[in-house]
Amino acid sequence: MSWLDRPASETQITHRDRLWLYGVTVLVLAFLVLPTLIVIPMSFSASRYLEFPPRQWSLRWYEAYFASATWMDATRTSLTAASLTALTATPLGTAAAYGLYFSRLRLGKLAFWLMMTPIIVPAILVGIAIFYAYVQLKLVNSLIGVVLAHTVVAIPIVMMIVTAALQSFDVNQERVARSLGASRLRAFVEIVAPQIRFSLVTAAIFAFLTSFDEVIIAIFVSGGSNSTLTRTMFASLRDQIDPTIAAISTMMIVVTTGLVLAVHAWGARRR
Amino acid sequence: MSGSATGAARPSPIGAPGGDLHAAALRRDDRRERLALFGLALPALLLVTVTMALPTAWLFWLSLLADDGTLSLVNYARMIEQPSYGRTFLTTFEVGFLTTGLCILIGYPLAYTLSQLPQRTANLCMIAVLLPFWTSLLVRTYAWLVLLQRTGLINSWGMALGLWTEPLPLVHNLAGTLIGMVHVLLPYLVLPLYGAMRAIDRDLIRAASNLGASPAQAFRTVFLPLSLPGLAAGALIVFILCLGFYVTPVILGGGKVTMVSNRIADDIDVFFNWGAASALGVVLLVLTLSLLWLTGRLARGVNLFGGGHV
Repeated sequence: MSWLDRPASETQITHRDRLWLYGVTVLVLAFLVLPTLIVIPMSFSASRYLEFPPRQWSLRWYEAYFASATWMDATRTSLTAASLTALTATPLGTAAAYGLYFSRLRLGKLAFWLMMTPIIVPAILVGIAIFYAYVQLKLVNSLIGVVLAHTVVAIPIVMMIVTAALQSFDVNQERVARSLGASRLRAFVEIVAPQIRFSLVTAAIFAFLTSFDEVIIAIFVSGGSNSTLTRTMFASLRDQIDPTIAAISTMMIVVTTGLVLAVHAWGARRR
Repeated sequence: MSGSATGAARPSPIGAPGGDLHAAALRRDDRRERLALFGLALPALLLVTVTMALPTAWLFWLSLLADDGTLSLVNYARMIEQPSYGRTFLTTFEVGFLTTGLCILIGYPLAYTLSQLPQRTANLCMIAVLLPFWTSLLVRTYAWLVLLQRTGLINSWGMALGLWTEPLPLVHNLAGTLIGMVHVLLPYLVLPLYGAMRAIDRDLIRAASNLGASPAQAFRTVFLPLSLPGLAAGALIVFILCLGFYVTPVILGGGKVTMVSNRIADDIDVFFNWGAASALGVVLLVLTLSLLWLTGRLARGVNLFGGGHV
């Protein structure tokens, strides 16, 4: 009996009867994955008109990217902002998650949801609220402004990851450390942090990615020499299809999927 | 610590002089410690308050002021009186319903197949669902722009294969916007749906089958109804996220698709009209929060991020 004629589920349906369903699934998965991946070979095309497959290969769009002061400035801003966001959001979010998790005050629940709002409400509302605040605080177009805004959006993500880690952590171990005389800080640093370090690193990476990929808030609050990469890309996409962006996109895909896959692989090995 | 706290809070046995005092001191200590722990959240809380909560409250107030600074509902009245606002809302809901419908149409078969596959294979396919999740929105939007343009891959291949003769207008219109949005939002539907489908007890299907149901009947009368809560949750999430879309309509809609978010940005960037923008923002916020509340009610017990392990 071939594989095709075997039952495919608890009913009598066979894999052969389900071939159409498998076909649809493959098509939908291709729809999800291929459009992004097709940008990669296109970025190595020698032609202005992005072809697939490229008739001639070249690195001209990468050269154009590295030679452009605008793109270089934007990349530097984005990398700096994303690193600083990870550095501020991870400790702030971890402290908040730890504090709210162990204080168990009714107020804590309210505080938790208040801090979740930046990822719950539409980004445009976060954008105009922060923009409005920055006009008063004179932070528009400043690097620190971008970092603070992205920190606010990254904190809820850090908090979700760390809270989940604390929920699966055996609290008794911390209690033992503290009953043996360790201060709360020492118990956290020596007992809790090493055990949830996977989540802490994951949180930092996702905080970085949140800032690096963020578009809408950056459109409002970044500008001038402190424009982020996403803001500059957005402005450029509005006007024309610049092949340089294919090169930038390829690099962004490599960086983001690389980081996410690294987290995934690390997590899988630990299990 | 909460464990010792409940122990300490228990009234001390009668006849133990000083026990009450002791318990009171412990309670006070516990309370102080819990407040100190809560204090750890204050820096983050302060940041959210200063950059978001206060400005949002201020914008709410601004939406209630007329140009001359008097209290009025003129900003809200404008939304009803000016037909252009009506069109914006109509477009927003149209895009929302179409995107959600398309996501259900292609997301349900995908989630179904994944839920039937062996766990290992399903996890592998899940990476394909999750990878776009973490690819920059702009990169994906750019990819679609390249694929869908007049001289793009889809048009040139379609014409080379003789499927159509003139380049189809696939981008800078509603079609392009929908394609881009379905691509971004599909994982949000598939994740909760897949989680709900995995949780369905397969013995129920076996039972239906034993009792004489055809595969189609077993699916229709047992599997489908059990998957509906997951589907409803996923569809509502997709619809809610649609309401706030900004980037895709601008780039793939080419200025022809104006959704609420785009209108808000225009009101600020082009017209410097904070009152109008704030009023629209309030409407969008209320709409989003009430739909989220509804989702929470409907999706009790559904894991909204089921299956997503990244």
